[in-house]
Amino acid sequence: MNAAESFNLRLIPLLPFLGAAILILFGRGFKRGTVVAIAAGAIGAAAFLSFSAFFQVLPAVAEEGGLRDVVWKWIAVGNLSIDLAFRMDALSGLLCLIITFIGFLIHLYAAGYMEHDPDYARFFAYLNLFCGSMLVLVLGDSMPVMFVGWEGVGLCSYLLIGFWYSETANANAGKKAFITNRIGDFGFLIGMFLLFHATGTLRFSEIGPLATAGSTLMVPYWGMPLAFWIGLFLFIGATGKSAQLPLYVWLPDAMAGPTPVSALIHAATMVTAGVYMVARLHALYVLVPALMAIVALVGAATALFAAIIGFAQNDFKKVLAYSTVSQLGFMFVGVGTGNFSSGVFHLYTHAFFKAGLFLCAGSIMHAMSGSGDITKMGGLRKLTPWTHGVFVVCWLAICGVPIFSGFFSKDAIVAGAFATEAFGTGNLAWVGPVVGSMLLLAALGTAFYMSRLYFLVFSGASRADHETQHHIHESPSIMVVPLVILAIGAGLGGFVGVPGGLLGHPEWNLLGEWLTSSVGPELEVPHNTEMTFMAISTGLALLGIFLARAFYGGGYREPATKFASSFPGFVQLVRDKFRVDELYAAVIVRPLRGLSVALFRIVDRVLIDKLLVGGTAAIVDLLGRITRSFQVGDGQRYMAAFAVGAAALVFFATRPTLPAHLKVNVSGTTVTVDASRAGRQSQRGLTYAFDFDDDGRSEVTGTSPEARYTYDKAGTHTIRVTVTDPRWHTESHIKSEIDLGNGGRN
Amino acid sequence: MMPAFYYLCLSFVLFVIGTAGVLLRRNALIVLMGIELQLNAGNLAMLTFARQLGDEKGHAFAFLIIALAAAEAAVGLAILVSLFRARQTINLDEASLMKR
Repeated sequence: MNAAESFNLRLIPLLPFLGAAILILFGRGFKRGTVVAIAAGAIGAAAFLSFSAFFQVLPAVAEEGGLRDVVWKWIAVGNLSIDLAFRMDALSGLLCLIITFIGFLIHLYAAGYMEHDPDYARFFAYLNLFCGSMLVLVLGDSMPVMFVGWEGVGLCSYLLIGFWYSETANANAGKKAFITNRIGDFGFLIGMFLLFHATGTLRFSEIGPLATAGSTLMVPYWGMPLAFWIGLFLFIGATGKSAQLPLYVWLPDAMAGPTPVSALIHAATMVTAGVYMVARLHALYVLVPALMAIVALVGAATALFAAIIGFAQNDFKKVLAYSTVSQLGFMFVGVGTGNFSSGVFHLYTHAFFKAGLFLCAGSIMHAMSGSGDITKMGGLRKLTPWTHGVFVVCWLAICGVPIFSGFFSKDAIVAGAFATEAFGTGNLAWVGPVVGSMLLLAALGTAFYMSRLYFLVFSGASRADHETQHHIHESPSIMVVPLVILAIGAGLGGFVGVPGGLLGHPEWNLLGEWLTSSVGPELEVPHNTEMTFMAISTGLALLGIFLARAFYGGGYREPATKFASSFPGFVQLVRDKFRVDELYAAVIVRPLRGLSVALFRIVDRVLIDKLLVGGTAAIVDLLGRITRSFQVGDGQRYMAAFAVGAAALVFFATRPTLPAHLKVNVSGTTVTVDASRAGRQSQRGLTYAFDFDDDGRSEVTGTSPEARYTYDKAGTHTIRVTVTDPRWHTESHIKSEIDLGNGGRN
Repeated sequence: MMPAFYYLCLSFVLFVIGTAGVLLRRNALIVLMGIELQLNAGNLAMLTFARQLGDEKGHAFAFLIIALAAAEAAVGLAILVSLFRARQTINLDEASLMKR
């Protein structure tokens, strides 16, 4: 066994699955402490294994493609062979660390947050199930294994969004997330099929070397190389899972789930799966500049669009949700501009600061008696000091203030967009600067709406009612400790990936170096470009913060109310999220529902219920009525029927098959015998056997009633004919004597 | 010797009379008698063919059927007696437990 296969990677996803299984089967009877110990223990052990695999085993084998663990051969059909196998290289290893580490912190936090929930065990079972599925997703060695994880996390997302299912709105939000993701998954499947069609393999390690300019991937279809269509369909899957235009609508509604779920699934891990997938298949995506342009443009448009919606949201978690959509857009620009390591870098920093922000939101809502309405908050800085401190760090990180983690990753993406050569020098060269400029605007917007959130929640005086104000308290330490750890990550985590162009030390970009073996080297950005955009984005971040302070510092200030009253229509439109949900409802949902109702009424009600089901019953009923009339209950009538039937049987079985006399026609020594009987004899399938010389053997046999025979000599002969009726197996015989005299001879 | 045809005609007539008795009469005793007639019509046909074809098997069968008919009469009459004890009637319509 070589080093690459020496580690039992399967244990990493298996442990959370095991935890989930135990909790689902037996969790109801467990004490709360036991539930937490099992759930957090499982994910903690997975985290420990991930760290030891990543830091102890992986460095030695990273260049050869990383660790690999084949569990069993899963599917073998024709030339398709898929192993259930896991692979940890730098990219999947990093994701593994993020999932298990942040997952572990959020499990701890949830132990405090869900303290009063009666369905404690079910919650942790789902959370463990999610972690296992997510680990399968990132560790999967091939597209189908990844897809299993992809669907698994979608299921867990659905289950956890609708966790408090007794409220219809929550259940509907879960359904919306699931159905929207189904649309994306459809694209993912098509992309996977096309990929297999083009390359004959679905293993990531085999796709990379095949993705060259001359390969079957570049065969043109409808004017574009096949790789374009593969990448596009897979990207549709990514827009569903990672909440990009046009399929982002489910994520804001997903905030109906418990806050730890929002932090783990809908901010830190699952929603980044699309980014991970594109980075995983980077070799495929860089083949076609137009494909990269689509990814980058969709990402940039989403980043900007969601940031604008974020301006006018009044629910704490909704603001963060749109912020997540926006930041995912940043990541897609990163991978879409060929700047894969920076996209993954932003994924990593975002996981920390966004998880931190969400957990702060949970902590605040905990303090505010469950309400997330920021118009009713304010003045929480003194009352919840720890949460405030953590929020400040994460807020500065997402705004992109220097030295905080978000600064480095966002800067790497923006500068990369301007410096990239992924779109060539041809007619797509405009894409880089355009998406870069859009991102700068989105960064300004991010700084503004996040600062608005900060000022409205923490500064000034409280706008809550007395009852609520009285109850405001800091959260217990089991919630605060994970918050602080996340804040440390959000504050300092950026230093593992200082862009090479920034200080002129590419070797300081540890993350970029790690990822080189998985997604290629860091995009080289000239020092000047890097410095310029660092300055611009820092300026924009500060500008956004100061603008927000002018509008909202200490509560709703005059500029904010004035702006709102001067453009009431626009503000309302933004608050209504540009009414995209209403548009989808009118264009897609309602026609679909109408069609479903029509099909239900016609096909289900009429065709199936009435015609098929009812019809079958009616036929059986009719037959029953008819046969029932025979059963009169009089034994003598039954006997009569029996006698008639027996008589009929005898009549048919003994119908004569032969004439009374054979017709014999003599001509010399040749005789022609006709054994046919008047009537429809031919239809009975009779077979005739003719014995002309009375020796017991038939000279002529067949289905014809006529036969001809020539005798050697004249004289008297006996002719016997045997007729067999194959339906009754009855035989009839007839014989006839003929005297040929001396005719023919002498 | 009379032709076999006459014997067979007699056998047929006997059988039809027996069958009519079984099917039409409601008195269980008469029905039993009808069955005896049918059996003996069969016996007569057996013997006719046995004589015509010179085959002893027909005679053997006839004896068998006579024994059978005797046993059947004994059991049938016993049933009738107990039926009468139980119901005070041997009318088939009144004794029947089947749906009417």
